[in-house]
Amino acid sequence: MPDTDLDQFRAETRAWLEANCPAEMRTPPKSEKETTWGGRNPEYAHPDQKVWLDRMAARGWTVPDWPSAYGGGGLSPAETKILREELKRIKARNPLNSFGISMLGPALLKYGTEEQKLEHLPKIARGEIRWCQGYSEPNAGSDLAGLQTSADDAGDHFVVNGQKVWTSYADKADWIFCLVRTDKTVKQAGISFLLFDMASPGVSTKPILLISGNSPFCETFFDDVKVPKANLLGTLNKGWDVAKYLLGHEREMISGFGLGGAGKDPLVEAARKGVDPILRAQIALFEVRSKAFAAMSEKFIDELKAGQAHPAQPSMMKYYGTELNKTRHELQMAAGGSDALEWESEDSHQGAAARSWLRTKANSIEGGTSEIQLNIIAKRILDLPS
Amino acid sequence: MPLYLNEDQTMLRDTAKDFVAAEAPVAHMRALRDANDPTGFSKELWKQFAEMGFTGILIPEGDGGLGLGHVEAGVVLEEIGRNLSPSPFLATAVAAVEALKGTGHAARWFPGILAGDTVAALAIDETPKFTGQVSLAAERAGNGFRLSGAKRFVAHAHVADLMIVAARTSAAGASSSGVTLFVVDPKTAGIEVRTERLADSSLASHVTFANVEVDADTVLGEVDQGDSPLGRLLAAGRTGASAELVGVGGGAMDMTVNYLKDRKQFGVAIGSFQALQHRAAHLYSEMEVARAAVLKAQQLLDAGQDAAEAVAVAKAMTGLATTLAVQEGVQMHGGIGMTDEFDIGFFMKRARVLAEMFGDTNYHANALAEASGY
Repeated sequence: MPDTDLDQFRAETRAWLEANCPAEMRTPPKSEKETTWGGRNPEYAHPDQKVWLDRMAARGWTVPDWPSAYGGGGLSPAETKILREELKRIKARNPLNSFGISMLGPALLKYGTEEQKLEHLPKIARGEIRWCQGYSEPNAGSDLAGLQTSADDAGDHFVVNGQKVWTSYADKADWIFCLVRTDKTVKQAGISFLLFDMASPGVSTKPILLISGNSPFCETFFDDVKVPKANLLGTLNKGWDVAKYLLGHEREMISGFGLGGAGKDPLVEAARKGVDPILRAQIALFEVRSKAFAAMSEKFIDELKAGQAHPAQPSMMKYYGTELNKTRHELQMAAGGSDALEWESEDSHQGAAARSWLRTKANSIEGGTSEIQLNIIAKRILDLPS
Repeated sequence: MPLYLNEDQTMLRDTAKDFVAAEAPVAHMRALRDANDPTGFSKELWKQFAEMGFTGILIPEGDGGLGLGHVEAGVVLEEIGRNLSPSPFLATAVAAVEALKGTGHAARWFPGILAGDTVAALAIDETPKFTGQVSLAAERAGNGFRLSGAKRFVAHAHVADLMIVAARTSAAGASSSGVTLFVVDPKTAGIEVRTERLADSSLASHVTFANVEVDADTVLGEVDQGDSPLGRLLAAGRTGASAELVGVGGGAMDMTVNYLKDRKQFGVAIGSFQALQHRAAHLYSEMEVARAAVLKAQQLLDAGQDAAEAVAVAKAMTGLATTLAVQEGVQMHGGIGMTDEFDIGFFMKRARVLAEMFGDTNYHANALAEASGY
């Protein structure tokens, strides 16, 4: 597309966002409750969350680069980049946080049948169905391919039995994408990828209380859950390929934590109020890495869209972004002093700073630990021997 | 604009990669050092740079150059860094050209730079750590100015055809910094150049100005308004030094990763040890992030957008990443990394010099903090 057309797209996008992004949605969320997840039973802490979601979804801009046939905006990489820049310019909040968008969607687009795409993608784009991820198990963490949850062939359906753990928001999700064992005699080559409704008989969830005092993660149990065979994504026993492809996108999403949130940077705000010179220096050096990583994210996404990114590069992004995010929150806690320690008070938004700080410790564990990412970089990018 | 090299830039990179590796590999630098070369670089190589068109990358087409940008200059600088090639390219074809561009001095100096005959020196620094301080005095005298003071860390001063000098013409005020740039002949009476060899075997000079009389037409830009050309010079110099640092760090990393694959201990390649794999992977990540920061700064400069923050981030980040690369390089090479015979130590020395150039990581981190209001 010629630059003049892109200029016009930018002008139109800017005007539309000015008219349609509610003022409240241009401020940072005050707590985790103000994050929009959608689903069958959506929770909106502020009414403008719904307004913003519905307006963006109507344009397909919750998923700007997906085809419009599947609820997307049908934008080119260059247009998508402009939209992202314009959203950032007005400090707009993400209209919809969704594992459907960041994880399952790309896998559906690559491995799904036309029926599966038409069934699931538009509902993801509009935030109507909230998904969770059934990957980790009590005995399959870093060694994910050792998973034991089974799906036995019962004619026109599978019967799923087993347990998942660390299933983010399983208690609030409508559907699950789930790794199951369909062949017990081989490891990776015995895994399949299933999609099913969390309302299916035999599914139960139990939230896990975390160090943050919140319970975003669950144990999820499957007791003779019937799953139609049409819900298999990709080929039987080839689910590991889908799983790895999805993990690449999950890592890309998690790496985004390294960029910090929308709106004013609380760390810089704290530094402006005055911190000791040693903390100031630590914050300044952190900002160097943080801003450099913002350039890295832009470069990575541009290369990804152009098909130029190394397939293992999401591991580098995930590693760097999550370590950065942990550092950011350590510095925020140090800058906040005893204010940041309050756990329940109104002033602290129910301990938002402290709970976020503790939440970030999971960043370098979820989606593959930092150590697993370093293994992948060493072997697949640097080609170091086993 | 996507944040990666376009087709033309990729072609230029391939050309520069082959050319610099063939004509000025690390062995070339080692040979100059072993011969105690008094120039600090090969004049033949500088001519070849001109023949390849490299010296005209940032010179406008109207002045006979290629009219390209900082991305293209950076492509060449990265290869200079990777091969540790001694060259006046950064000071002359990047920083000086940016300062001279669009001024009355361009016509005088650009032909020589395009031909590979002319070398520029930058007399900016006054303190061992770059602070931006300018106290070398330029007082009006007759039809011109009289310069008094001292500069240091001036590369190529002993062989340069022109020297760009930052001087104070008045006290800093609200409307001007009071700084003026001069384009001076280094052989002017009263200029004393004391040249010293640095740790990386490059040459840099202490330059003393004792009542040096210069004509008014040596002023670059406007009197008291030197911030503008000096800002362009420093932005170009910092971005260029960052690109060279990416080359130095990348070269050290590649050498080290290869060594991890070749070197056997306990009967296996040491690169199979997870302790080293994780450190190498961490280093790769730091270098990738640094490379992205540099490209961002280059693209913003080329687009004529505000690049101050991006340039500071690039210089600070490449300082961090490349310092890690050369330290890991020597450590992972073990004993052989400590020997002069092996090249990895050269990367460490060059990185240290570049890290200091135009302000180090801490200087730029502090500048970012001040710009953010803390």
